[in-house]
Amino acid sequence: MNEAFWQTLLLTFQLAAITTVLLFFIGIPLAYFLANTNSRIKPILETLVSMPLVLPPTVLGFYLLLAFSPENTFGSWLENTFGLRLVFSFTGLVIGSVIYSLPFMVHPIQAGLENLPQSYTDASYTLGKSKWETLLNVLLPNIKPALLTGIVLSFAHTVGEFGVVLMIGGNIPGETKVASIAIYDEVEGLNYALANQYAFVLFAFSFVVLMVVYSINRQGNK
Amino acid sequence: MMFICLVHGTSIFNFYNMTELRIKKELNFAGGKKMLHIETRIEEGTCVAIMGPSGSGKTTLLRLISGLTDAAAGKIIVGKNTWLDTEKKINWPTQKRNIGYVFQNYALFPNMTIQQNLEYALVRNQDKSIVNELIEVVGLQSLINKYPITLSGGQQQRVALARALIRKPQILLLDEPLSALDEEMRSDLQDYILKLHEAYHLTTLLVSHDKKEIMKMAQQVYVLKEGKIVNTGPPATIFKNTLQFHQLTGIIRKIETQEEVVILQIQIGDNYISIPSTKIDTANLKVSDKLVFNASLESWKKITK
Repeated sequence: MNEAFWQTLLLTFQLAAITTVLLFFIGIPLAYFLANTNSRIKPILETLVSMPLVLPPTVLGFYLLLAFSPENTFGSWLENTFGLRLVFSFTGLVIGSVIYSLPFMVHPIQAGLENLPQSYTDASYTLGKSKWETLLNVLLPNIKPALLTGIVLSFAHTVGEFGVVLMIGGNIPGETKVASIAIYDEVEGLNYALANQYAFVLFAFSFVVLMVVYSINRQGNK
Repeated sequence: MMFICLVHGTSIFNFYNMTELRIKKELNFAGGKKMLHIETRIEEGTCVAIMGPSGSGKTTLLRLISGLTDAAAGKIIVGKNTWLDTEKKINWPTQKRNIGYVFQNYALFPNMTIQQNLEYALVRNQDKSIVNELIEVVGLQSLINKYPITLSGGQQQRVALARALIRKPQILLLDEPLSALDEEMRSDLQDYILKLHEAYHLTTLLVSHDKKEIMKMAQQVYVLKEGKIVNTGPPATIFKNTLQFHQLTGIIRKIETQEEVVILQIQIGDNYISIPSTKIDTANLKVSDKLVFNASLESWKKITK
């Protein structure tokens, strides 16, 4: 039982870590694009990025389940071409989590970039530096608190997700059974003590994480 | 459209020492849209002051030259290079245009020290000695390891100025660089700009509202209104009717009384002058009073080199 407890927690944090790393590299270019574009697709893209904030996770999970299912076009194409089955698999969970936590990475970074004076970018360009050099050397180093907020919130939000995981991952120990699912599972089985262990870990974790974010932002505002 | 070349002489090389501007761009006004339409030639090594009411297109003109804003139509030829020719679909990106741009709010990068701010501007494989050279010219040796936020406005603007010159630009664009500084600092900075303008043989475009500053810095003035140059000429001509440039501002440093004659020692910028006066005329004055007074050319002698 103890081993299963640690296995579940480890899986939870693995999922969160991988999701966060992927989101970091997806979130920065996406936020940069949104912060700098006046294109007509901007509102559409912004809406899509923000959808997970308002959508019940089960809705997202449901559509992902349909998409990933080998009985449907996309799912069967994945399986036939890459031998990849995303339903009830860890990889599927990672993809679901990336989509689900996208706004938590993109929003802080986009806001951070938009709040930087335009003259930083202009000055860097007039010094002969490319967009890429400017982003890397000037823009990102000056929005460190926003980057950290994005990382921490994405990680924490992935740890806390439930609906999406349940819909597309199910409850396979060591593969898709994460802490939030385990709590539900243990309560169903009337194992309140174990449920409490999971719940307490998540509670303490969330508290610490948010406190870190707020302390850092407080320092940043000084 | 014909162009009148302002250069004297007939050598073909003179042509290469010019900056030719013909740009069109729509400007958004509170009252609607106006066309910015500038056609001019600037001789290399000149400092041109650009003045005009807000919204007249001063900043837009600098941004168009730098390529930070795209022109609707036009041509920018700097020396031998065509930076922009919309007919031939030539449009060099800002990065490729060899300019130095100094912004009103300095735009120093907060994450870098003064030294790093300057080094960031280096072109790949460029000799680093230019960094130290410029740091010395603007007198910032003691501050190189500090971050911009710890510097005064004047110091920050000196860094910005040095940074803009690292690439040895052909054109220096100054967008109201001194408007946020107090009088004394402004005068210091003007001296630095003049020094650099001459030392690096720059063609400088200076946006400014300050007539005294323009008198001191520029050889040519463009008065902009609603996107057009409505008046141009040397500062003395432009300000003939509006500027009392015989007025000096200074601080009394010493008052010496010799019987009925009083000698005031007055500091003007970095210079001291002694002016004789009478006890009655100076009765209310004391040391460290600030004065505005008229300078007159009652007797003068031309200095020949």
